Amino acid sequence: MTPVDTLIAILVATVGAGTPLVFAALGELISEKSGVLNLGVEGMMLVGAVSGFIAAAETDSVLIAVAAAILAGAAMSLIFGVLTLTFQANQVATGLALTIFGVGVSAYVGLDYTSVALAGVPEIHIPLLSDAPIVGPLLFSFDPLVYLSIAMLLAVAWFLYRSRAGLILRGTGESPESAHAIGYPVIRIRYLAVLFGGAMAGLGGVYLSVAYTPVWVEAMTAGRGWIALALVVFATWRPARVLIGAYLFGGVTILQFHVQGIGVDIASQWLSMLPYLATIAVLVVISRDVAKIRLNAPASLGIAYHPET
Amino acid sequence: MPLGLEPRAEPSRLMGYASPLIAAGLTLVTGFVLFSFLGRDPFFAFYTFFVAPIDDIWGWGELGLKAAPLMLCGIGLAIGFRANVWNIGAEGQLTMGAVCGGGLALWFHESASAWLLPGMIVAGALGGMAWASVPAFLKVRFNTNEILVSLMLTYVAILFLDYLVRGPWRSPEGYNFPESREFGDAALLPILIEGTRLHGGLLIALAVVALGWLFMMRSFVGYQMQVAGLAGAAAQYAGFSRSRMVWIGLLVGGGGAGLAGVGEVAGPIGQLLPSVSPGYGFAAIIVAFVGRLHPVGVVLASVLIALLYLGGESAQMDLNLPSAVTGVFQGVLLFFLLASDVFINFRLRLRHSGRAPVAARETAA
Repeated sequence: MTPVDTLIAILVATVGAGTPLVFAALGELISEKSGVLNLGVEGMMLVGAVSGFIAAAETDSVLIAVAAAILAGAAMSLIFGVLTLTFQANQVATGLALTIFGVGVSAYVGLDYTSVALAGVPEIHIPLLSDAPIVGPLLFSFDPLVYLSIAMLLAVAWFLYRSRAGLILRGTGESPESAHAIGYPVIRIRYLAVLFGGAMAGLGGVYLSVAYTPVWVEAMTAGRGWIALALVVFATWRPARVLIGAYLFGGVTILQFHVQGIGVDIASQWLSMLPYLATIAVLVVISRDVAKIRLNAPASLGIAYHPET
Repeated sequence: MPLGLEPRAEPSRLMGYASPLIAAGLTLVTGFVLFSFLGRDPFFAFYTFFVAPIDDIWGWGELGLKAAPLMLCGIGLAIGFRANVWNIGAEGQLTMGAVCGGGLALWFHESASAWLLPGMIVAGALGGMAWASVPAFLKVRFNTNEILVSLMLTYVAILFLDYLVRGPWRSPEGYNFPESREFGDAALLPILIEGTRLHGGLLIALAVVALGWLFMMRSFVGYQMQVAGLAGAAAQYAGFSRSRMVWIGLLVGGGGAGLAGVGEVAGPIGQLLPSVSPGYGFAAIIVAFVGRLHPVGVVLASVLIALLYLGGESAQMDLNLPSAVTGVFQGVLLFFLLASDVFINFRLRLRHSGRAPVAARETAA
């Protein structure tokens, strides 16, 4: 393979590796914009991954797998919503509980499917464009879910900054008291945001288990849910930056395989550490600017809101 | 909705004690229902999961064996959580404690010195503390979220251990399996009850919990940390140093987890393996919450969660259920606890379609 081919292959793989993060981070972004901090992303992704995998294994339909994953992720986030929005539970603790529960449930439910191999999701093929020399593989040959992730990014950006509903959502996250005073149903808005977050996390999970590596392994997200949370901070709660961050991490993930490929003699575990260390580095860089964080983070993030307190 | 939640004037003490019990009870009921749903005779399954594991002295030994690391991690986490310092990386700190303590054991693997074991225990605690000092430093210096940093470091620590047991520390006598040499007798904790695997780690755990109680309830810094968690602004105005609390919260958590780690490898495991903990660091988060962040609660909750672990193993053997069902129960327990906690600060009231709750209207009238 020529160096250009290798570069293209790396970039294509990077997009694939970053896509689950795009989904999960966008969902969490909406949730956090409404003021709700959901730490259960890892658990929701896993439940989405296993549900989608089982659906795909049983029906051979990617569409049904995606639908199953979305429903499963939303169901998980509904548990979170009920506990934090109706029962006023501490959001951090509930999110952790959701992750622990999600890891356990997905491991349990997926037991019978660990040796099943799926066909994967076929890449799209546009007659002239996909065959074009460099641009072809780089822009026009991904599987449909990748394009869906870009579409969701545009949709989320438009929703947040160009629609009235998005404005109301952001207002709810900045000052639920004010939103309530104006007459908006704060709790209901937050429920919808949380459910969206769960659905997107499920989508991220199913991409992993059905498209990226079409197998099911216990805890296969390997911390991507947590990285997605870090991504939202890294993106200072803005959708476009989420994409950059997600592909950056995708790149670091892919890098480990290629470093070994070019003959650098380093044990694989050190390379596997790279995404996690990179996450820490990125968080440090972004969080240093306390003013910037305070400016961009939704003001009521993580604080329970009760209409009568 | 006809029912609503109305804030209480002051938190209910009764519910403070009752909610963990209610949560445990509801979890047991859920277990009952879950077993029926899975096609097992619910009574037999219930017995197998919750009663059979502690049927004999061996079972009690196993209970103590699992409760000890949970207690060690749990008390450390509880102290931190009280001050809103969220150490989620206890699993990684446990691993590094195991690496440091185990490393010492391997370095001196032919020694029969009485100092080896105490040295390992200290090394384990220091290892855990060192690992926890990273999120502490980054939080204090760079305002970085300690939840995410400590969690990322957990993955790093586990990969590091994996590297060690497959690489430089792999046993030359182990037929190429990913394991370290087995520790010599001088590096193992003494067994407390003959016929069980229960070891001195339990005594260390209880001692640490007692120290934790002293710190939390009888020291000024412990008081400062409680205030910081309950009323952060007040603590700031009073001049309580937030940085110090972050450091103490994380170091105590790391030290406890490190002790748990060295206790595991100097106890039942006896060597270093790619995995030295079935998720004790994460289960300890549940222990801390179910134990209401109080030392006595932590001990009781550790025993409960240890029972859930044993139940999972027992269910695997006798019910043909996968041990992953333990994780499901842990999550369910925490969910119920968080749900019943609402009644500490709120009470149920009848509402009349949209208007203020009855009690408020009566006082207004």
